Amino acid sequence: MIGDIDPLIINLTIFVLAIFVGYHVVWNVTPALHTPLMSVTNAISSIIIVGAMLAAGPADTDWGVWLGAVAVTLAAVNVFGGFLVSQRMLEMFKKKDKKGSA
Amino acid sequence: MSANMVALAYLVASVFFILALKGLSSPESARRGNVFGMLGMLIAVATTMTLTENWLLIIGCIAIGAVIGTIIAKRVQMTAMPELVAFMHSLVGLAAVFIAIAAVNNPVSFGLPAVLPAGSKLELFLGTFIGAMTWSGSVIAFLKLSGRMSGTPVVFTGQHLLNLLLAIVMVGFGLWFFFSDTTNWTAFIAMTAIAFLLGFLIIIPIGGADMPVVISMLNSYSGWAAAGIGFSLGNPMLIIAGSLVGSSGAILSYIMCKAMNRPFLSVILGGFGSDGGTSIADDGTQKTHRSGSAEDAAFLMGNADSVVIIPGYGLAVARAQHAVKELAEILHEKGVNVRFAIHPVAGRMPGHMNVLLAEAEIPYEQVLEMEEINSDFSNTDVVLVLGANDVVNPAANVPGSPIYGMPILEAHKARTVMVVKRSMGVGYAGLDNDLFYMDKTMMIFGDAKKVVENMVKAI
Repeated sequence: MIGDIDPLIINLTIFVLAIFVGYHVVWNVTPALHTPLMSVTNAISSIIIVGAMLAAGPADTDWGVWLGAVAVTLAAVNVFGGFLVSQRMLEMFKKKDKKGSA
Repeated sequence: MSANMVALAYLVASVFFILALKGLSSPESARRGNVFGMLGMLIAVATTMTLTENWLLIIGCIAIGAVIGTIIAKRVQMTAMPELVAFMHSLVGLAAVFIAIAAVNNPVSFGLPAVLPAGSKLELFLGTFIGAMTWSGSVIAFLKLSGRMSGTPVVFTGQHLLNLLLAIVMVGFGLWFFFSDTTNWTAFIAMTAIAFLLGFLIIIPIGGADMPVVISMLNSYSGWAAAGIGFSLGNPMLIIAGSLVGSSGAILSYIMCKAMNRPFLSVILGGFGSDGGTSIADDGTQKTHRSGSAEDAAFLMGNADSVVIIPGYGLAVARAQHAVKELAEILHEKGVNVRFAIHPVAGRMPGHMNVLLAEAEIPYEQVLEMEEINSDFSNTDVVLVLGANDVVNPAANVPGSPIYGMPILEAHKARTVMVVKRSMGVGYAGLDNDLFYMDKTMMIFGDAKKVVENMVKAI
């Protein structure tokens, strides 16, 4: 039966369920970490690098491949920039326990 | 790798992304969460690598991006986080557009039929226009946040009508693209160009202090753009990751609007008060304020039992977070109970103040949210307002005021209020702040950093 379903419907199902997951997970994020939340989600949105890699993938190189290559670079800036700056910020939220007495 | 293996690996990556966000529920688990996010991305990229043939090209591009991204992440000032985030949103948007164009050019490389079916065209249309708007909107937000462009709203007559017309024309080109039997580049490019233009036009009327909403909204868009591309490619991982980001940004926008008591639509339509908000007529009486020096303030704080510091955007502008930390430490050593009160929209992005205080190594137990601290103000000896204005304006309790109903930090309930500000100028809402004219209020004029440094010396 599943074979008769248009893939669009299956994707739509995933989409709706994922929004619910996102909704519940994000409401649990402490307000103090909203800036790191934005930089982490920003890093996660660079998952489109997967699409960019597919565009840059074919061996017979045409302009589409080059466009994909540019997209890979842009997304890679985001992957590294996003996760590393998040890490840097979150390190700051850690240092407190070292001080202890406060 | 078989298609099933690829799909399973993508599933694992998706779960890691969910865990990444889940980790942010507390500062203790947040770093682990971020590592989960990195692992998810690593799995996703490594898996996709097996589906491509141009390894050298792709690895080279990733390496270039990695170097640039790492340098940016290491060098950026914490006060510049809002513009960095805006900049990075723009990259996601632009990448989404490029991917969509590449997919229209060569659908086969994405596993799509050579002649695009109607469904794929619709999805590509959505992904492209959301991506294009994310890019141009984020560029404007970046220029405004970094001060390269004035933060004042740009409004002109017929603005909304123009936007509406452009949106209709864009959808028209989208439909033309959709119903063409062959690849209709004219329609596709026209549609993309209008989407870029719309992104600019939608963000220019939005002013500086509404930026927390805008930046959250663009965060959301960048997620939906990724989800849109996920639909085009039939890739559930992109749909899941994109939806997580999209809903996260949407929730943040909602929280920010609620904290300003403004409907989302009025923020987006732009220009505070330009939508016919009533301003309170001046009653003509000359109001007087009391001003004092940093030394006076230091004396009062040194003798207080409890001090609450309310930081605002002025603290970020003056980069005063380290000076404030010194002040808090000295007061703490003198036995004063020092705490920080953060309004949800303080600064230019959600959580902006928390990051700055964390950078200055102020223990987060001392940093309280509005709901946690509001009931304590009446028992507080001294409130020190550093570069904040509208978020402590008691006019929010006066019916008829443009900011009526906005939740505020109830600084006016404290025994003594000290406000560090550059001038008596009005805040973003363009309102006079009665707090500044109260008998128990002392104004200290000057740059937040210099004033706080002087306080530290005087104690």
